Amino acid sequence: MNPELLTPGGANVRAVHDAFHGDLLEVSMGPHHPSTHGVFRMIVTLDGERIVKLKPVFGYLHRNHEKLGETVSYLGSMPYTDRLDYLSAMTNNWAYAIAVEKLAGQPVPERAEYVRVILAELTRLLNHTCLAGFLMQDCGCSGTPLMYAFREREKILDLFESLSGSRMMCNYQRFGGCRVDPTPAWVDATRTLVGNYGAFLDEFEALLTGNEIIMARTQGVGVLSAALAINAGVTGPMLRATGVASDLRKSDAYGVYPRFQFRVPLGAHGDVYDRYMVRVLEMRESIRILEQALAGLPGGPIMDPKAKLRGFRPKAGEAYGRIEGPKGEIGFYLVSDGGPNPLRYRVRPPSFINLTVLEDMCLGQTVADAVIILGSVDIVLGEVDR
Amino acid sequence: MNAALLFATTGSVLETLPVTLRDLVTGWLPEPLRWLVNSLVGVGTLLAVIGLLFAYLTLAERKILGRIQNRPGPNRTPIPFINLRFFGLAQPFADGVKAITKEDVVPDGADKVLHFLAPVALLAFSIMTLGVIPYGRHLVLLEFDAAVLYFFAAGAATELAVFMAGWASRNKYSLLAAMRALAQLISYELPLLLSVVPAVMLAGSLALPAIVEAQGGWSYGFLPQWHVFTPWGFAGFIIFFISALAESNRSPFDLPEAESELIAGHLTEYSGFKYALFFMAEYFGMCALSGMGVTLFLGGWQAPLPFLEFIPSYVWFGVKLLSLLLVFIWIRATFPRLRMDQLTRFAWKFLVPLALINLGTAAFWSLTAGWSGPLQFVRWAVALALVLVPFTLLGRRLSAGVAPRTYRYAT
Amino acid sequence: MLGSGLLQGLAVTAKNFVGSFHDPARYTTVEYPEVKPALPEAYRNFPFLVSENATDPMGTLRCVACQICEKECPPQCIYIEKSKDKKPDAAGKPQIYPAIFAIDTSVCMSCQICVEVCPFDAIKMDQVFEIATTTRFEALLLNREQLAKPNSYYHGIHPTEAAEVDARLAADRKAAEEKAQAAAAAKAAAAAAAAAKAASPAPKAPDESRRSPQGEGGPPTPKPQSERGAVS
Repeated sequence: MNPELLTPGGANVRAVHDAFHGDLLEVSMGPHHPSTHGVFRMIVTLDGERIVKLKPVFGYLHRNHEKLGETVSYLGSMPYTDRLDYLSAMTNNWAYAIAVEKLAGQPVPERAEYVRVILAELTRLLNHTCLAGFLMQDCGCSGTPLMYAFREREKILDLFESLSGSRMMCNYQRFGGCRVDPTPAWVDATRTLVGNYGAFLDEFEALLTGNEIIMARTQGVGVLSAALAINAGVTGPMLRATGVASDLRKSDAYGVYPRFQFRVPLGAHGDVYDRYMVRVLEMRESIRILEQALAGLPGGPIMDPKAKLRGFRPKAGEAYGRIEGPKGEIGFYLVSDGGPNPLRYRVRPPSFINLTVLEDMCLGQTVADAVIILGSVDIVLGEVDR
Repeated sequence: MNAALLFATTGSVLETLPVTLRDLVTGWLPEPLRWLVNSLVGVGTLLAVIGLLFAYLTLAERKILGRIQNRPGPNRTPIPFINLRFFGLAQPFADGVKAITKEDVVPDGADKVLHFLAPVALLAFSIMTLGVIPYGRHLVLLEFDAAVLYFFAAGAATELAVFMAGWASRNKYSLLAAMRALAQLISYELPLLLSVVPAVMLAGSLALPAIVEAQGGWSYGFLPQWHVFTPWGFAGFIIFFISALAESNRSPFDLPEAESELIAGHLTEYSGFKYALFFMAEYFGMCALSGMGVTLFLGGWQAPLPFLEFIPSYVWFGVKLLSLLLVFIWIRATFPRLRMDQLTRFAWKFLVPLALINLGTAAFWSLTAGWSGPLQFVRWAVALALVLVPFTLLGRRLSAGVAPRTYRYAT
Repeated sequence: MLGSGLLQGLAVTAKNFVGSFHDPARYTTVEYPEVKPALPEAYRNFPFLVSENATDPMGTLRCVACQICEKECPPQCIYIEKSKDKKPDAAGKPQIYPAIFAIDTSVCMSCQICVEVCPFDAIKMDQVFEIATTTRFEALLLNREQLAKPNSYYHGIHPTEAAEVDARLAADRKAAEEKAQAAAAAKAAAAAAAAAKAASPAPKAPDESRRSPQGEGGPPTPKPQSERGAVS
């Protein structure tokens, strides 16, 4: 095949439209397609089954999230952040809470910081488990890994439900703490789940990691170079899979993360398999963090007693709060003019920014690869389209 | 009368029961007509049995897949009027009613004739393949000498129907699926046929009953002389089975209808009863290829142990067929899909050479049939080496560059 | 050797196939309409209005139509109209009541913010989830008659939380009573003083007493936030 076609951007797509290469075929994958993870569309130009051009189209789920955030109170945006990346509501809540707490100079009690870490790491387990399931579904497994992933995810969602009242739309964090104090029974249930999770991961990996078909399908496919990843602002497991050591839990050291022992797994090839494996290894590290956090969970108030719920008006200024979400850096930028609503409310959505390198990863690959490359980016359209 | 004789008598009565029943029905007919009605009764019975098998195979697949995925599978469809669920056993009929009553959508730009013909042709070819398989000692519907050739000719024609469906739908996904189907056909027809050749060679006949007879008897008094229990037979069976998975478009070779890539591939533009026909043909093809595998390698209708011979031959055939189908389902539940280039590479660089080498192994095996005593061990060792060494070497070449990785950690 | 990973995968699925017949940790399915899932106490879905007793729900709503929830509701799904008149509440004290209190459940996202901001513990989260209707509009717009549910129901679904709320309300009531008594005493003293001076106007009762049924009524205002900041 013409190496020119492999250059990013596919500038000379039409130039190869000659008798030797035959006609190019333009296929619209999505918005209604089984594996576009929602309503996402890829306009793919094919030479045979090779992709010579890929144009992502999104925005089908746009619902004015950012403008909405400027019209409701600071508290009123909290439930909306659940709906950004609806698989990881807890981390979205936390990132938003951090932004507002920075803006208002609001301290957070120690117990709440621990609970936040526990919930964030549970969210990471949940998100990565689901992603592995979805990715394998895209690879053509008939639902089996996905059902195993969902089986375990349900157990985590049960914990979220018994704590916050809702499985996915948790709306749990508040400025200066958390809404509900976890009971000892809840902590015990979490401890049991965390204790069992390693065994589940072992079984899950036995099914998938060493599977020759999966290795053949994913190794060397959708390679993303470290340089491009950094230039495009890619974050999270996708960046770490290219070998760049970047983890806000280490570099920002927000919350009580510096107190925990954990490692950051790094890939070397930046392909789909690395992205899958980095996530699996991250889950194992999350289990370690969870064990430490559950063991060290202190008493005390869950909410800063001086925190205001109603009539919350931070002084004029701006703040950017970010955390290492399961998908990458999830950040909220807020500008306050002293009123009850933010003057400007902006989300840094990790899956949207990670998606921008989709074409570069897909060029020269086949249609079947495009599907798993998209799956390995780990997008949630609620966050991409906002 | 002792027990063994009783078993033998009831065994032989049961053995010929289907034929006796047929003769009871057709016995009163005038002689010149009898052959025709006999064949019609046979065809009707076969279609009814395989049709019912298809119906419950879909249910079994969904239920087994469900259980493997830790969920119950369909279990709610009640039996009409009495509202009794009974594990959802009425599900296939509910599915049938739904398929028939759904609107049959034909795309505006489709080639309407071909679009209509594709499922019909597919089903017709699938049914044709079912005719030659010996379902029991006395149950061969279509007995003729070139049965193996006929079977694979009709089987290959099903892919043509898939191409017809993909082309006629005038849908890009369908078209891609049609291309994939053809590439797959060309790649896998060869190892499929090559894996069958040794069995034909050793029986010295293309007639399936003769191949089954050739696998009769027991070595060492208990080990059935089925081909699968010989080194070349085992290798041949695995190659046959993998190619059969590809031929019947089953996971992990379900590329033509890869639902995560091509939505439903060549089935994208089909709905209602035509879609059901495709489904039916897929399961018929699966049954036919499993039946062929049973006949060629698993001893056909032979009992696995000498003292079990009183059980009628068609029961043994059914048991073997169902276990093979179970493996089809199990594999579907476990494996992801291959990519097109990997699929063809697997066929040409792995299965075809192995099948060719296997011809030699089979020849060696049949030439050394007279070896006895310690030479037996030599015979087994050489034959196993002939199977395992190429498998390992070719496997290593095939999976070059694909290996589990170790990962480093940032501190 | 090629294929070992595949065989390992087959072993895992076989283990799960067997496990789904005897291991409840693997087979987690609950067959819903026949078997209802056990809801955790914290489960929330759609708000309801708490009324003090079941026989006269409209007369004993805790809601005093202060409209805070209406303002705070992020998707703006609450609509309240204040009454022109006052009606005696559960304790017999005249109060403004919501003439119209409607929640559009097609908009509501069950975020619970109305519950958190309510100073009167008048709106709480329900646990209903079988709420399918055959129309998209009227049936999903719940009016106050549909929303009102007695306190006993609240105790049934959120026992711990409801007990806390009742204890807090009782404490408030007691405090307010004492305050009112003190105020009355002060008033009496003031009256006496006024009578003695025969000129100065009587002082007004403190605002806090409005919270209590024994209080003096008047337009309700929210409690100071500092009191409720860390509640729940």
